[in-house]
Amino acid sequence: MASKTVEFQVGQGSEMGVGGGGALSPLAPFDIDEPELGTEQMLINIGPQHPATHGVLRLVCELDGETVTSVTPHIGYLHSSFEKLGEYRTWNQIVPLTDRMDYLAPLIYNCAYVMSVEKLMGIDVTERCKVVRVILMELDRIFGHLLWLGTTAIDVGAFTPFLYSFQQREKIYSLHEALTGARITTSATRVGGMMADLPEGWLGQLGEFLDNFPKTLAEVHHLLTGNQIHIGRTQGIGAISADDAINYGFTGPNLRAAGVPYDVRKDRPYYDYETYDFEVPVGQHGDCYDRYLCRMEEMEQSVSLIRQAMSRLPGGPINVEDPGITLPSKTDAMSDMESMIHHFKLITDGIPAPAGDCYMPIEASKGELGMYVVAEEGDTKPVRWRVRPPSFVNLSVIPKLAEGHLVSDLIMINASLDIVLGEIDR
Amino acid sequence: MADQQKSDLDLVADGPLESVGEQALNETSSGDPSLHPSVESLLERFPDEVQRYQIAAGDQWVVWVGPDRIHEVLTWLKDDEAQAYDMMSDVTGVDYGGGRPVEVVYQMFSTIHGRALRIRCPIPLESMETDSVYDLWKSADWLEREVYDLFGITFNGHPDLRRILMPDDYAEGHPLRKDFPLRGRFSRAEQTRLALTQDVERFYSTEDLKAGEPQEVDTDELSAVPENASDDLSGSDLDDGEGL
Repeated sequence: MASKTVEFQVGQGSEMGVGGGGALSPLAPFDIDEPELGTEQMLINIGPQHPATHGVLRLVCELDGETVTSVTPHIGYLHSSFEKLGEYRTWNQIVPLTDRMDYLAPLIYNCAYVMSVEKLMGIDVTERCKVVRVILMELDRIFGHLLWLGTTAIDVGAFTPFLYSFQQREKIYSLHEALTGARITTSATRVGGMMADLPEGWLGQLGEFLDNFPKTLAEVHHLLTGNQIHIGRTQGIGAISADDAINYGFTGPNLRAAGVPYDVRKDRPYYDYETYDFEVPVGQHGDCYDRYLCRMEEMEQSVSLIRQAMSRLPGGPINVEDPGITLPSKTDAMSDMESMIHHFKLITDGIPAPAGDCYMPIEASKGELGMYVVAEEGDTKPVRWRVRPPSFVNLSVIPKLAEGHLVSDLIMINASLDIVLGEIDR
Repeated sequence: MADQQKSDLDLVADGPLESVGEQALNETSSGDPSLHPSVESLLERFPDEVQRYQIAAGDQWVVWVGPDRIHEVLTWLKDDEAQAYDMMSDVTGVDYGGGRPVEVVYQMFSTIHGRALRIRCPIPLESMETDSVYDLWKSADWLEREVYDLFGITFNGHPDLRRILMPDDYAEGHPLRKDFPLRGRFSRAEQTRLALTQDVERFYSTEDLKAGEPQEVDTDELSAVPENASDDLSGSDLDDGEGL
């Protein structure tokens, strides 16, 4: 399997001198006994309304001085009972619920959900649809990673990468808007295909983005990768071993930073990912810095994946040609009796599913996103629709990662996990 | 019959299905177990525990295991070298309603052998408890808490089993059960009254900040209130509160 090990190219200086280089310590060592100071544990509450928690997350920390001795995360402030709502909606009506979970990479959620339903129903989507979905999922992987990059850089005091990455995100917002009419709540997929085919000129707009984006990425690399402040704040912070990372349920870049080359696109391929040429970045230390390197490399791999997908994009229909699954065109529905009946039946009844269940894991920007759908014979609504959100399990590791670190490191660890509370609370 | 055809609005008010009732289980096995090494070994080693097996969605193997020795089966699946399911991707629940058991679903993956397996464990409605797998996979920590929160299944041996998505003092039950109405069990007036009379300071007191232990909430007292609660907001004590 093609995997690429990302290594520390730079080490941590003892003290930072002018221009970020190493300098001699200005403090002369002194030799006195440490005074005995009485200490007691302090409880501190961070959040739920705090920019450093990256959402409505509440962390209750027990501190010894500035050292964190335990962290208890409290979640649920954004709970919207999407899974319960899904039991009252037909298969296609659930799609708008999915992009409200991970609003930082909505197209991945749209695609993951319909992929699971299609697998349950045994629907094979067209080749064009597969490639279009790969393009959209890789585009939103960049979209999600860019937000993580900007906000994490701000947490360690670097403001410029935030502006650079949000400038690029704006370009992807425009691509979303041109494709779906919405910037965040895309709802672009339908069971058996897409809401609509790619609009005219969209691929050109995408190509333009792909031409300019690597330059910005290189600039951010230049700003952060060798930056002593960034290195000092991230190297050796929140490290986890490979075995622990698997046992604690880490997935995505967080797991790969710990040295486990598990990527759903490689290990449980879907949509012909095995035929694309890309590498999986794998870290060595499992700390915040390796997570940073892995995500930076993943964005570059995604650019290459989108280019490959664009070059192999076939023509032909984007939706399956089955009137029991795909809505007829508006013109047909208005002029042709049979199409109108199909349209009416699909809207009022929905698509019947066979009895069974289906768990479909895909590689989302944050890790393994599993969509689990359960149906009984002929159900047009799910008995159960379960989302296995990657951030939910990733966040549950934070008490282990933060123990023994400083409060400021806790902020960095939380940022490096790349959580989105929309999918954690659902 | 008009009784059988519920409108969508009724479903929102009553919940989609009754939890009690008698519906037959589909208890047939299908598929050739020799195709999946773990299923074949499971049948050899735990012939009494495996209730049935099926292939779902084309290529996904599902094995139903009874709740009595589920921990033993899962321990073996993790520790046996030929199985080595080191990754517990997901633990969740499924309630079919109609008196059928609530099922706990384990999605496992072996990064060593590159194999996936799904174990489903039906929990009878009378007992609603099973053994925690937190000692095997730490990832089960929050996943089991979520199943406890939303389905009401108790995981014995879990170190910190308390609600996770719903508030600690949520008294309306377990939302993903089939008999749970979409709008909640309490009336709107009662829900508003509870929200407005909530002691916000409680969430920032030293005792609460020391969370980690389950909150002692007198649910009997909370759930006893809606009997007298009226849907008419003016009848409640909302308008004589100081803040309004």
